[in-house]
Amino acid sequence: MFAHALNAYLQVQVPGVAERRITDIFKPMGTPGYAEREAALFTIGVTAVIFVVVAGLIVYTVWRFRRRPSDDSAQEPPQVYGSNQIEAAWTIIPILIVFVLIGVSARVIAGVENASPPPKALKVRLIGHQWWWEVQYPDYGIVTANEIHVPATPDGQRATYLELTSVDVIHSFWIPELAGKTDLIPNRVNYAWIDPRVPGVYVGNCAEYCGTQHAQMLLRVIADTPENFKTWTEQQQRPAENDPQVSDARNVFGSLACVNCHDIRGTPSVGKFGPDLTHLMSRRTLAAGVLVNDTKNLRAWVDDPQKAKPGCLMPSMKLNDQQLEQVVSYLQSLK
Amino acid sequence: MAQDNVIAADALQMEREWKLPDRGTIGVIFLIITETALFTMFVAADLIYIGKSLTGPYPKDVLEMPIIATVCLLSSSGTIVFAEHALRRNDLGKFKIWWLVTILLGLYFLYATGAEWHKLIYEDHLTIATNLFGTTFYSLVGLHASHVVVGMTFLLIVFITTIFGFPIQTQERRVKFLSWYWHFFDWVWVIVFTVVYILPLKVF
Amino acid sequence: MASIDYPLEHPKAEALTPEFSFSESLYKWVATVDHKRLGLMYVVSALVFLVIAGIMASVIRMQLAFPLNHVVGPDTFNRLFTMHGTTMVFLVGMPMVAGFSVYLIPLMIGTRDMAFPRLNAFGFWIFLLGGCLLYFSYIGGGGLSGDGSAPDVGWFAYAPLTEKAFSRGAATDYWALGVLLSGVGSIVTALNVIATTFCMRCPGMTLSRMPMFVWVMLIDAWLVLVALPPLSAAQIMLELDRHLGANFFDTQAGGSAVLWQHLFWIFGHPEVYILIFPAFAILSEVIPVFSRKPLFGRPAMVGAVTAIGFISLGVWAHHMFAIGMTSWSNTFFAASSMLVGVPTGIKIFNWTATMYGGKLRMQTPLLFCIAFLLQFLVAGLTGIMLAVAPFDWQLHDSYFVVAHFHFTLVGGLVFGLFAGMYYWFPKVSGKMLDEKLGKWHFWLFCIGFNMTFLTLHFAGFLGMPRRIYTYYPGRGWDAINLIASLGVIPQAAGILCFVWNIIRSSLRGIPAGDDPWDAWTLEWATTSPPPEYNFEKLPVVRSSRPLWDLKHPQDPDWKYE
Repeated sequence: MFAHALNAYLQVQVPGVAERRITDIFKPMGTPGYAEREAALFTIGVTAVIFVVVAGLIVYTVWRFRRRPSDDSAQEPPQVYGSNQIEAAWTIIPILIVFVLIGVSARVIAGVENASPPPKALKVRLIGHQWWWEVQYPDYGIVTANEIHVPATPDGQRATYLELTSVDVIHSFWIPELAGKTDLIPNRVNYAWIDPRVPGVYVGNCAEYCGTQHAQMLLRVIADTPENFKTWTEQQQRPAENDPQVSDARNVFGSLACVNCHDIRGTPSVGKFGPDLTHLMSRRTLAAGVLVNDTKNLRAWVDDPQKAKPGCLMPSMKLNDQQLEQVVSYLQSLK
Repeated sequence: MAQDNVIAADALQMEREWKLPDRGTIGVIFLIITETALFTMFVAADLIYIGKSLTGPYPKDVLEMPIIATVCLLSSSGTIVFAEHALRRNDLGKFKIWWLVTILLGLYFLYATGAEWHKLIYEDHLTIATNLFGTTFYSLVGLHASHVVVGMTFLLIVFITTIFGFPIQTQERRVKFLSWYWHFFDWVWVIVFTVVYILPLKVF
Repeated sequence: MASIDYPLEHPKAEALTPEFSFSESLYKWVATVDHKRLGLMYVVSALVFLVIAGIMASVIRMQLAFPLNHVVGPDTFNRLFTMHGTTMVFLVGMPMVAGFSVYLIPLMIGTRDMAFPRLNAFGFWIFLLGGCLLYFSYIGGGGLSGDGSAPDVGWFAYAPLTEKAFSRGAATDYWALGVLLSGVGSIVTALNVIATTFCMRCPGMTLSRMPMFVWVMLIDAWLVLVALPPLSAAQIMLELDRHLGANFFDTQAGGSAVLWQHLFWIFGHPEVYILIFPAFAILSEVIPVFSRKPLFGRPAMVGAVTAIGFISLGVWAHHMFAIGMTSWSNTFFAASSMLVGVPTGIKIFNWTATMYGGKLRMQTPLLFCIAFLLQFLVAGLTGIMLAVAPFDWQLHDSYFVVAHFHFTLVGGLVFGLFAGMYYWFPKVSGKMLDEKLGKWHFWLFCIGFNMTFLTLHFAGFLGMPRRIYTYYPGRGWDAINLIASLGVIPQAAGILCFVWNIIRSSLRGIPAGDDPWDAWTLEWATTSPPPEYNFEKLPVVRSSRPLWDLKHPQDPDWKYE
């Protein structure tokens, strides 16, 4: 099962653009990430110098003043009790260094936190659930899950502003290459913003421990070119595909408990507990980014979600083979 | 040798003059500090939740200022001082009277709290689970009242043993510590009263 | 002798009744109020919990050695890291604080016991009850028969994950109540330490002459007194929520999830200093003795530790940079967190200056101290990085944080504790620990520790979040995790050397004598192990190094005071 998941994971590639799987915080692709790297590199520089000086002193002291085997005299070394000048020096110098670092932090904090959204900013509402992400586009009336489509902005002119909240426990939004963490806290709305400069798929994990499947709560930001983003929004705004070829399958789906938890716009399926499935097939992954969205995985997932993601809140519905076949074929019609 | 004698004589002198604070005093002071830290957190929780209840009943609908109980508790701080003074003068009769008055004032306070809770729970249907007001009200007032109960237990132990002839004048130090503890909860009540009654009823 | 208001106990005729009776000796330990027996019981139970938590850590590292590994499932993994963290902090760190304090402080300040001996015993037993209650969750936690399990909410147990709605059964209650009880133990012990240092010092030992160890543990006790009640308050609120339906952390009823974080970290950050202070205290004794010089800048050291004792109460929200605080709050807490690095730096400088110009005896206690200095330096500097809020937005809750706090608590605290154990074992047992095994222990543990935790910093840079039970290959984390997991092997081997060393040396170590290290504080003035009454006659001191004065009558310390 794990080998299968591994295999599937390696195949997750967005056509045309490479998925960026090495999420190095020192290779940011967006403004908040750049600002944070600037502060980080400066801090690392300062602390590295301190480390070299102090560690050098310690090592030198230990080496220089170790008791040599030849020294067998009981003579004690000179008893030195202290020196106020030296104490003052190693109090004042660190304080000065600290004030420089405080200044740098304050500037970057204000720059990232207090940036006002440009007028064309895209507004996205990200809602944490136990082990998946709900993504809403209030201006477009789109609801999707686990994959945030945003326009790439090579010039940084069109940022995406995220409203973050949660319906159950605390989660945390973190796409290392785009921006540091902001928590999704129930009964509270937080804000974060991203502006990916290059089209591509940016990966992140939930960064606040949120229960059993915290490890398998992956989030992707998919930065499209403006044209692709436009096509995507138009496609997402449509109600669910009503493919006459799968009308039997649709009826089976409608008769099952699936409808209690999943919303498929334009059908009687209006549940709110699970991810919106209206355009399931437009998503690249299943189960909060852990399985590539293909027939085999979809079938296995619907059959028994507890196998791929033990402890997740979707139960195995114990469908018989025929029902399973029909549910999968219906879901696959939701382009 | 002469120097050694000097040092030895010096040591005797140091031993004689060596004075340190009483361990009970230090113990009670720091016990009060740690209790203060505990209460501060409950007071802080109360303060941030003022006016945050999503449903009623709200303080303005159901809460009444417990003026008499407050006066009783605060004056018990005075009567326990009188009792202490009497004990210091070895006047056991007066001590017993003031001690009994302190106990009665404290018991009235506890009774008033009980009556208030009874009214809130059975008439106004406000429980700890009802809303944030109920949560913070019962936890803070309850935390204070539970400490008063502990203090009351000690007061009663002192009173009953004294009635049965225990020589309480030998325990003047411990009576002093008990009275410090009692004063502390009177002052905590001033804060609880401000936060639970005055702020929601008069300010917000 | 005004401070002693109970009679001197004279040696019992133990030697005359050589017959060993198990029940009598058990009774002696269980009913004891002797600070040395209680101190030993604290340290031994802490060591037992250390081994348990270490085994848990090994399983965690086994699970993470390879991507998509399945040594344990997600539930088990979450319980493991919760119990590992809770055990290390509350059942290893805190009893070590208490154990070293209650064993050594009365000896060092020249008195016969703690200020409140029975309270001391109460503190130990309530701590042990708390620990057992926490571990009983493995049997009783699930709330259904045959469905026991440990808590799985993380050691800081963020609300609302701990509310009834998300954490069913009784596991979280065992966590809250077990930790609450052990916290009561810590608070009464701290009270006891403060009363002892203020009221029980031997004649001539003014506060300014008190050994540095006692000074640091005094400030430590102060921090326990003011910082643990917030945690107790939070746990009481949590239990009110879970069992009476209160709404403190119930976000559906308007409660705040952030309140728990504030309460927890108001405790949690001072707690970090509470845990590291024993190491500071130990270093301040071991380094001077092994350098043959007095502690450099004693007043500055006292000032620094006192400053930490107060500044550290105002830095807690640096654990919460990601919760969306205002930029002013973030800046304030970034600033205060960096400022607390200044007194910490002063301490490192003073220890180094103490060694400078000395004659360093390279024995095991000093080796652990030197490794402490370098590793704690790394921990301090990564701490500065985490205090820079914008950098922390990236590093928060990643493996960088895991590496950082293991550098403080293992590279710092545990190394310091080992130094202390090698240093005081001769006093406690009357036997020397074996030097060769000690060096093996040191090098194995030091290399293994750095293999594991130095590498894990880089996993954080590559975006690996903490507390994940598995991860996918291809994200650059594989090799790092494998090296980190392999580091467990030398660490475990080192601990085995240590345990074997203790067993072997207690049975047939070289007799230590009263003062094997040629040291200067009062505990070395009595026999090893010390008699029940500690000192036949209470000493009178004139300086902070009374035994130096005794050994160098021509050039005593008090001439310079």
